[in-house]
Amino acid sequence: MRTLRLLAVGWYYQFKAIARSPFEGLFQVIYPLFFATVAFLMFRAGTDQKTLLYASLGAAVMGMWSATSTTAAGAMQRERWHGTLEALVASPPHFALILLPITLAMSTVGVYCLVATLLFGRFLFGIDLTFEHPLLFALSIVGTVLSFGALGFLFAVTFVRFRAAWALGNLFEYPVWLIGGFLVPLVLLPEWVRPISWALAPTWGMNAIRESSLGGTPLPDLVVCLALGAVYLTIGILVLERVLAAARRRAALSLT
Amino acid sequence: MTSLRIFAVGGLISFRALFHWLAPSIYIPSLVVAPLFQILLFAYIGRSAGLASDEFYVVGNAIQYAAIPCLFAMTNIVGGEKFQQTLGAILVSPAPRLPLFFGRAVPVVVNGAFVAAFALLAGTIVLGVDIPASAIPSLAVVILVAAFSCTGLGLITAALALRVRETAVLTNILFGFLLIFTGANIPLDDLPGWMQNVSDVLPFTHAIAAARELADGASLTSVLDLIGEELLIGLVYAVLGYSLLRFFEIQGRRHATLDRS
Repeated sequence: MRTLRLLAVGWYYQFKAIARSPFEGLFQVIYPLFFATVAFLMFRAGTDQKTLLYASLGAAVMGMWSATSTTAAGAMQRERWHGTLEALVASPPHFALILLPITLAMSTVGVYCLVATLLFGRFLFGIDLTFEHPLLFALSIVGTVLSFGALGFLFAVTFVRFRAAWALGNLFEYPVWLIGGFLVPLVLLPEWVRPISWALAPTWGMNAIRESSLGGTPLPDLVVCLALGAVYLTIGILVLERVLAAARRRAALSLT
Repeated sequence: MTSLRIFAVGGLISFRALFHWLAPSIYIPSLVVAPLFQILLFAYIGRSAGLASDEFYVVGNAIQYAAIPCLFAMTNIVGGEKFQQTLGAILVSPAPRLPLFFGRAVPVVVNGAFVAAFALLAGTIVLGVDIPASAIPSLAVVILVAAFSCTGLGLITAALALRVRETAVLTNILFGFLLIFTGANIPLDDLPGWMQNVSDVLPFTHAIAAARELADGASLTSVLDLIGEELLIGLVYAVLGYSLLRFFEIQGRRHATLDRS
């Protein structure tokens, strides 16, 4: 119960802080709208206009990923720059319980992006929204946020040795948009790319959201998405243990 | 001679000191790899939407991505002085302002052109786009003019950096506008009329159109009008940017707000 309380309070506090940041909050909501606009205009001008709703959902999840990738990659470094990393690591709870709510809060900001993009498409481009399975749609969003947060956690602990971790996180923005099948059906990509897509939780989260909206069977996709999120979390905790042990041994935790 | 030294040496030193993205750990992911993925993303979306050929997206996005180095670098190497607390020392010096600010723009143009040229090369190789070898020198001219034009816009954001705290937000938003309006991914004819009007006065629109014609085999002389328009747009932005820089400098002195971050 104490663990759950720590996660909840940490998430709430971090979400409030991020939502008020011009870069991590407001900008991360606005920025994906530019890409969504390009996608809408491209699909509207293209030969198959029936795909607009497909594009709308894809662009919405693009925003969710944008809100997570760059900021989460530098999450641990941000604490280091603020001078709070040592105090957080030295506190009694496991550091993973402190870091995870931060990346979860970042991925939760993505829900703003999702809603903003869907409404943007509805009111500016007249894209009719259909939710064949509203409850499963909501569950798919929650599952996708959780898995994005777990992937962000893995990024944060993996990139901590890099001074410019944000640049590495930023680097993963376009590739995941592409190979996650957000706007491009996976069948159009080279065959060797598909196994990489399958190993990415965003691919399955996107599928779950799309299936629940357009009609289909989102549950299997949602289960795989959550399972992959759990795998990322486990790997992340193992990496974190090693990183912290090495940093303690060398007294290098606060070094930038 | 002093002005020339401020222009050349001062410009290069400021660029190297204040554009932190020159570190390989940032330069490679952000300015070498990311543009290639932008090209791939839009080329595949284009295939999915059945809109245009791969060449259309390779040329459009390679040139449009020059906005990142041009806008960010120009903004950082003027606005960065404020955060380093060196702005006051520079502006109190008797250095003539024209070489002081425009000298900083030269390395930005060269770097922006390099980023666009590399993205174009990488995009053509990865997607197997065929561009005639005879078009390469002309494309280099167009890319250089495009980088100059966007750096002109960068001078405006640099001036705003003397007032605005969140310059990263500002430059990213401008990047987004250029992505939509310049015809990098959507043929200009498919844009609504008002958007076409806006695109006419933005950097890159004419350069991208010229580069596409060159990639299709047109001669340099046949696109001189487009290059001229791009150059003119760049000049107008540069003059506007310089005027804004001087305006904010005078305002900063008057209200003692130069170093306020």
